[in-house]
Amino acid sequence: MASATSDGTTRRDFLYIASGAMGAVGVGLAAWPFIDQMNPSAAVLAMSSTEVDLTPVQEGQQITIMWRSKPVFVRKRTKKEIEEAKAVNVADLPDGVARNANLPDSAPATDANRVIKPDWLVLIGICTHLGCIPLFNQGEFGGYLCPCHGSQYDTAGRIRKGPAPENLFIPPYNFMNDTRIKIG
Amino acid sequence: MSAGESTYVPKSGFARWMDSRLPIMRFAHDTMLTYPTPKNLNIWYTFGGILAIMLVFQILTGIVLAMHYVANDKMAFDSVENIMRDVNYGWLLRYAHANGASMFFLAVYVHIFRGLYYGSYKAPREVLWILGVIIYVLMIATAFLGYVLPWGQMSFWAATVITNLFSSIDQIIPHLGTAISTWLWGGFAVGDPTLNRFFSLHYLLPFVIFAVVGLHIWALHVPGNNNPLGIDVKGPQDTVPFHPYYTVKDGFYLVLFFIVFAGLVFYAPNFVGDVENYQPANPLVTPPEIVPEWYLLPFYAMLRSIPQKLVGVIVLFGALAVLAFAPWLDTSKVRSMRFRPMMKPFFWILVLDCILLGYLGANRPDATWNLGGIEISLVWPARLGTAYYYAYFLLLMPLIGLLETPKPLPDSIAKPVLAAAE
Repeated sequence: MASATSDGTTRRDFLYIASGAMGAVGVGLAAWPFIDQMNPSAAVLAMSSTEVDLTPVQEGQQITIMWRSKPVFVRKRTKKEIEEAKAVNVADLPDGVARNANLPDSAPATDANRVIKPDWLVLIGICTHLGCIPLFNQGEFGGYLCPCHGSQYDTAGRIRKGPAPENLFIPPYNFMNDTRIKIG
Repeated sequence: MSAGESTYVPKSGFARWMDSRLPIMRFAHDTMLTYPTPKNLNIWYTFGGILAIMLVFQILTGIVLAMHYVANDKMAFDSVENIMRDVNYGWLLRYAHANGASMFFLAVYVHIFRGLYYGSYKAPREVLWILGVIIYVLMIATAFLGYVLPWGQMSFWAATVITNLFSSIDQIIPHLGTAISTWLWGGFAVGDPTLNRFFSLHYLLPFVIFAVVGLHIWALHVPGNNNPLGIDVKGPQDTVPFHPYYTVKDGFYLVLFFIVFAGLVFYAPNFVGDVENYQPANPLVTPPEIVPEWYLLPFYAMLRSIPQKLVGVIVLFGALAVLAFAPWLDTSKVRSMRFRPMMKPFFWILVLDCILLGYLGANRPDATWNLGGIEISLVWPARLGTAYYYAYFLLLMPLIGLLETPKPLPDSIAKPVLAAAE
């Protein structure tokens, strides 16, 4: 062929590869809307925050509120529960990091890093194993027991036993005053 | 198809005209009427036909239920109650569809264990077997999606647990698993977008199954049926035409199967269901015990027996994947367990093992057995059962095939039959 170069490739080979590559890119671009439509819509993504009044919660009690369609536990811990959580050696925990959205990712899972004020434990109430809602005040460690696959958490919401890989997550929140928090 | 030349003779002018344009009558004649079938197929071989009928039955009842069902998180539960109370014969159609899923799985388990017993997965039927594994996986996906639609407590929490299986990928690539879960949900938790897409896919997948069943039957008709002796068909003396011999036999057992099915629908329609699913979905409260439907309990027991999340998920999916490799894991040249004295008891232990795992999967994760005063956590028998399941495929199949001396095989399918007649 007249246009063949010295190594045997032709204009036709180039056109095949170029049009094939363009076609692949086009298919990929066309596929993306079909994939991305399943991601959370703009309405779902709209960031929301929730304010919680703490006055009705007595020591040893817990309330559950919804934040971004997830349950959030707000627990007023007893002195005994705080002492138990503080007594744990971080090196012995299955998950050694705090999982606290208000702190850097590497913060260790000490009790102090799991709370803002020691009395108040605020957690996303979703078991980190497969997403069930753990039961309040059950299990060997006095914190939570997941009814689905038996994960057990302590009074700082840290995983102690069972299949869950991570501590219960702590959402971003702050104290607006002594009796009111804002989540999100 | 390939088993024998076509014997179709068009009987009318129209049939001849059609045969030279689209030979669909020839195809039906060769695959459903004259298809040469081993003459020694027993009751366990009727479940293939039963399964085909069950698939059509589920599609028909499903299509009419979809005319009344509303895929919306506020309305789904009530729309199902409306079907149960107000829609004409809605109670019948829904109970038939829900129990039909159970009967479908009952039949497929008989079908799978029959294949394992008579060595139907071995050469030259590997592709047939793998297509069967694909159908089984699609059936599990379809059943799971369908179970979510009534939007009761079990529906909601089953959806939550199963979609969270994908979040275990976080342990390999951080955040990827969570991104996949969010993508599946269309939100930050199971919700209305999840229900909508599950309905869409629940409607789609049965038709995908239908297509793969077509390939499965095609792959069956190329080498022809295996049979209880596990030996090849030697000639026409070993076979009978599919019609009327097996249309009648399959039809008879289909009637018996539907009598059991009808008994379930009319006398115990909630026997296999969970009362918890008559509670509307509540994202704030996980039921004290969440369990899947009975046909998935063995896999659930495997998942729960492993204390590490990612490994548990791998063990769960691996239990399905390992089935696809059975044709190459089994080193025995003999197909049927009738002639495999060493392997046969291990097969029956596998059957009991799956039943045991099912029983364990139905119990609470912190349940214990009291054996003469000693408390044993059910996690231990579940681990043992899981280990045996894997060992059957990965150790026993390759090793026993090499170690075993099979019993002598008969010369042909026809010979023992004719000998008995003399």
